[in-house]
Amino acid sequence: MLKVTGLQKIYNGGANAVEAVRDLTFELGEGELVCLVGPSGCGKTTLLKCIAGLMPPTSGTVELAGQAVTAPPPDMAVVFQEYGRSLFAWMSVRDNVELPLKEKKVPKGRRAELVAESLEAVGLTRFADSYPWQLSGGMQQRVAIARAVAYEPQVLLMDEPFAAVDAQTRADLEDLIRQLWKRLGVTVLFVTHDIDEAVYLGERVLVLSSSPTVVQDDITVDLPVERDQLTTRRDERFTELRARVYAQIQQAKNGTGAAAPAAAH
Amino acid sequence: MSSQSTTSDAAPGTGADGAPGPQEAQAPAPAPAGRPRRGTASGAVRAGAKLLHVLLLPALLIGVYAYASANSDSYYTPTPDLIAAAFAELWFSERFFADVLPSLARLATGFALAALLGVGLGVLLGLSARVRALAEPVLEFLRAIPPPVLVPLMILLAGVNDSMKVLVIVSGCVWPILLNTVEGVRAVDPVLADTARCYGIHGTTRLRVLVLRLASPQIMAGLRQALALAIILMVISEMFASSSGLGFAIVQFQRTFAIPEMWAGMVLLGLVGFVLSALFELVEGRALGWYRGLRAANRGE
Amino acid sequence: MTETTAPPPAVPVGAARRPRGAAARTGPNRPLLGTVGIVGFLVLWEAVPRLGLVSDRYLPPASRVLASLGQRATTPQFWTAVGDTLTGWALGLAIALVAAVVLGFTLGSLPRVRAFTTSTVDFLRPIPSVALIPLAVLMYGTDIRSTLLLVVYACFWLIYIQVLYGVADLDPVAEQTARSYGLGRLARIRHVLWPTTLPYLMTGVRLAAAVALILSITAQLIIGSPGIGREIAVAQSSGAVASVYALIVATGALGVVINIGVRALERRVLRWHTSVRGEATA
Repeated sequence: MLKVTGLQKIYNGGANAVEAVRDLTFELGEGELVCLVGPSGCGKTTLLKCIAGLMPPTSGTVELAGQAVTAPPPDMAVVFQEYGRSLFAWMSVRDNVELPLKEKKVPKGRRAELVAESLEAVGLTRFADSYPWQLSGGMQQRVAIARAVAYEPQVLLMDEPFAAVDAQTRADLEDLIRQLWKRLGVTVLFVTHDIDEAVYLGERVLVLSSSPTVVQDDITVDLPVERDQLTTRRDERFTELRARVYAQIQQAKNGTGAAAPAAAH
Repeated sequence: MSSQSTTSDAAPGTGADGAPGPQEAQAPAPAPAGRPRRGTASGAVRAGAKLLHVLLLPALLIGVYAYASANSDSYYTPTPDLIAAAFAELWFSERFFADVLPSLARLATGFALAALLGVGLGVLLGLSARVRALAEPVLEFLRAIPPPVLVPLMILLAGVNDSMKVLVIVSGCVWPILLNTVEGVRAVDPVLADTARCYGIHGTTRLRVLVLRLASPQIMAGLRQALALAIILMVISEMFASSSGLGFAIVQFQRTFAIPEMWAGMVLLGLVGFVLSALFELVEGRALGWYRGLRAANRGE
Repeated sequence: MTETTAPPPAVPVGAARRPRGAAARTGPNRPLLGTVGIVGFLVLWEAVPRLGLVSDRYLPPASRVLASLGQRATTPQFWTAVGDTLTGWALGLAIALVAAVVLGFTLGSLPRVRAFTTSTVDFLRPIPSVALIPLAVLMYGTDIRSTLLLVVYACFWLIYIQVLYGVADLDPVAEQTARSYGLGRLARIRHVLWPTTLPYLMTGVRLAAAVALILSITAQLIIGSPGIGREIAVAQSSGAVASVYALIVATGALGVVINIGVRALERRVLRWHTSVRGEATA
């Protein structure tokens, strides 16, 4: 579904050129939920922007369903970390969700249906006519998720979407993502710096090295599909996986990991 | 004490350019916009106190003026009743249609043209860093020219007529609008811009839904400055060279020593300024309701 | 939360910050383009009348206007006019500033008294100061006091309102902190209230400085008090087109100097201040 091959990104600053991403290759199967985790400043956001078609890579390719991505593709939706800045403050919640559908020329009746369904799915039906800034942070991020869901993308990209919400809201939102993913069968790439979150959410976890970034490890999360904040996080397998990701990240931070080949799994 | 709450009531919501009143700043609750005021318990008492707040000082000032002018033999300060009589006689007559309405029409035309031109060019400049860098020093110079000096220039170029006066207003008012639009458009949030790209929002929709809305607080600030300027330019273009209009009438009264009439003209001009500013605030309140709410919410966090 | 916005550790300071799109990274060469812009503007100005696109009776070529300006700049009369204009500007601004600061701080810290003044202020503030022209003429004639009346009236409200915003912006936590450390009333004004208000005050001064020049020139133009404005009126009535343009360029230059000066002052006064506040209310 989503294929990244030999992706490299160098920020041009003349003599100060910075290689943010060196050589990234990975693939997401249809309907997979993959978490991307890496140490601070490892170029996760850069990578995501390249995948989203917001930024041209220096070399390498991104393919979505066999099509090369050069501009934001129509069947991809992105949820940003900065929910407050990614919602249109002058539009109601409903209009925020509906606007991209209007641009996609979705007929009016269908539009209303999609908006209602997606707001229902994130539990915000009651707040359709509020402005985003009248809602709490977690609810604002739900609006952004509803907007992405209503867009009916094949691939959903999420850039540390819960980094700025409090811990309890975060747990709720994580469950919401799992639930939406199961229901919609959408392919999800979820970027995070939180190891617990990566293991809890993902079917697979890709560990990135520190900058210049390569894929350091690719771990399959063999936890049951039904997950629960209490029992899953207590699961022994969860703890093991978390420890493994943690170790990889420590290695990446110390810079010893970049050269090491990805552990076979 | 109830005085605390009457304080906030007496500060009209229209007053202060959307900046926090003292009450708001001290208790930054994320108040949802457009809610009715709370508390109806002692409504009558409050209404009375509010009325007192609004009327006391103006009544006092007018009283003092009335007393002073009645007891002074100065020719230049007629008593309020004389001014009121002159006001009624002058402006509740066909002079209103001959002098005042044409002035206001020119003001509206000039302001509207300046707004179109300023916002249009401002968007163009704001969206292109290169064009902006090219034009910046020249704009910096052009906007520093005090607009009143354009009056004699426009008389040279267009003669003494309506189009001269409109031209003066346009060429004076366009700069604050233009420069504020540039600032607003330039500062489009990168996250929001990325969001729009991801969801396929581009072209005129992007301009309408994203760029102009995001820049609207700045654009409104520019329009506000321009409005004040437009009134000044309207008046002085008529004072400098004209045979009709409010500014002309006022100067005419002054030159013929028709003092109560002159005062009546000044009062009308003051009223025009006040009403236009109130109208502007009304429009601004509607256009920027979201912005006020957003700011209040951010302060509350 | 700041994780993604922080620069990667390997990045040298000042190089590629947050990736924002091509324009942000490859900034154009501003001084060069700006110079090109000025030269282009002058060439255009020179060419349009010379090519006969606009009659040079209406728009004399740039060279002629600049020559006229240069010639005037050698006369003492020109510099007297500049001096008169600047005197009206500076004196009016200073009077308005002092009055607005005194009244603003007093009423700002007495909210109950201030409540009685709000309606009056809201009525008087939007009154265009040019409405006072006839009164100024009757009372002061072409004296500099005419100019001052207009300048002070216009500038006072601008600064006064900003001071009120500033006083209102006083952080109660900071105030209480100062109290709890036993700072006296004067010390609190000096160390808490004044620094809070200063950015707002500077915004008011910046706006007022431009407006003061506008009204100073207006008074000279309409009333005929001495200054560049009157020179322009004289040049216009004698049909000296190039002179009118030259004097307009001079007022523009004066405006640029004032703008730059006020901005430099603002930066200097607020150099301790991390962000520019009160900007949106301007």
